Amino acid sequence: MQYAIQVESLTKRYRETLAVDEISFTVLRGETVGLLGGNGAGKTTTIAMLLGLLVPTAGRIVVLGHDMARDRFAALAEMNFSSPYVALPQKLTVAENLRVYAHLYNVHGVERRIAELADELDLHDFLGRPAGKLSAGQKTRVALAKALINRPALLLLDEPTASLDPDTGDLVRSWLERYRAESGCTVLLASHNMAEVERLCHQVLMMKQGRIVDRGTPDELLARYNRVDMEEVFLDIARDRQAAA
Amino acid sequence: MIPLRRIWGLMYRHLALYRRSWPRLVDLAYWPVMQMIIWGFTSRFFAVRIGSTPAVTVGVLLGGVLLWETALRSHLGFAVTFMEEVWSRNLGHVFISPLRPWEMLAALMAMAILRTAAGVVPAAVLAGVLYHFNIISVGPVLALFLLNLMAMGWWVALGCTSLILSQGGGAESLVWSMLPGLTPLAAVFYPVAIMPHWLQPIALALPAAHVFEGLRSAVRDGVIAWHHLAWAAGLNVAWMSGAMLLFWWQFQAARRNGALMNIGE
Repeated sequence: MQYAIQVESLTKRYRETLAVDEISFTVLRGETVGLLGGNGAGKTTTIAMLLGLLVPTAGRIVVLGHDMARDRFAALAEMNFSSPYVALPQKLTVAENLRVYAHLYNVHGVERRIAELADELDLHDFLGRPAGKLSAGQKTRVALAKALINRPALLLLDEPTASLDPDTGDLVRSWLERYRAESGCTVLLASHNMAEVERLCHQVLMMKQGRIVDRGTPDELLARYNRVDMEEVFLDIARDRQAAA
Repeated sequence: MIPLRRIWGLMYRHLALYRRSWPRLVDLAYWPVMQMIIWGFTSRFFAVRIGSTPAVTVGVLLGGVLLWETALRSHLGFAVTFMEEVWSRNLGHVFISPLRPWEMLAALMAMAILRTAAGVVPAAVLAGVLYHFNIISVGPVLALFLLNLMAMGWWVALGCTSLILSQGGGAESLVWSMLPGLTPLAAVFYPVAIMPHWLQPIALALPAAHVFEGLRSAVRDGVIAWHHLAWAAGLNVAWMSGAMLLFWWQFQAARRNGALMNIGE
């Protein structure tokens, strides 16, 4: 099976609002793909449909060979998600939170897996601390640990470095690069950090008003818009500007 | 194969929460114990003033309090466990895990059993110590009474949970009032026959009314009213089936309208 994600004519309509408008795309196994767009472009809605939290109005999603309409629990067991905007239970310690998700994902060797993640993400100093008492950087690392607890074949990341200082953000990006290279995991990354997208993504999908308006590798997009960084490409698309001469 | 690990995972999340939150632990037993103290003195007073057989008066009233608390605690145990997920905004993580909805319901029921035991057992011990009332003296049939009342707590809570799924956190207040609001119809302290005729069929549509008719029969006459137990069990099966359908319908609606993504307000 070549594709980690196959999306065909995916549409989501809330009464009068068309949140996602017949988008189609594929993500190859082992790729990191950026899902970009301004606020309200449809990124979160698309990710929610990929996670099975939201039922599409029309279209089809196949994740890791499983049709999400018929077999979503099989897909969910092999994927995971991290977002700084979805909290983990604040009163539970980091270790307890990881234990909960290890059980929910049917991970064998729970304590061994937690120890591995603590080593990889440098969590040892605060494994026993309640999740609500962590700094933003620590919370991000814990959210990543939760997302990796089941060794997912597909990782969906929603702005994984939002609210992090440049140093911590860089550490997380380096770690993600290394992890993807070592594990062969597929990553779908929604981000507003264009430098991050340029650095991490093999392919980029640009969304606007619920549609995919452009796509390609970062280099292809830079060449197409005749720009030197993705920030300018993003602004060209978001503001309907003409490509630079 | 029953996926016990996923069910245990959700239970562990709540047990860990209780382990480090003494106010939550105190809250489990506080109200059942208060109810027992109040109704213990009230039943003694009635026994003296009315001149009825003290053991029967105490048995009917305190047995009623303990059993009705079982239903109330079961209801709250189920619904509050679900609401803890809403309050901590953790439902998103739960619903994108491989945990099936029915496994979540099984975990909520199991937590309801544990929370009910933590509330009702201290109250039952207190009834024995302070008022010499031993609920176990009702006999083995007590287990059937308790099971039926626990089940009633589950399906009422499942109905509330379904409304929270569709209406968001605004429906939370129903959790606190739904089952207590059914108390007049549950015939906890008086027989159904004392109600107006038009109200009796409504009361008898609730399993609790049959359980308490059965309890009075057991305590007062030493007779097990099997037909009431059969009605209670049958009604629980019917109501639980309806509540499960409602939950499934609301869960699917929440997946269509996006409510699962931002439930909590």
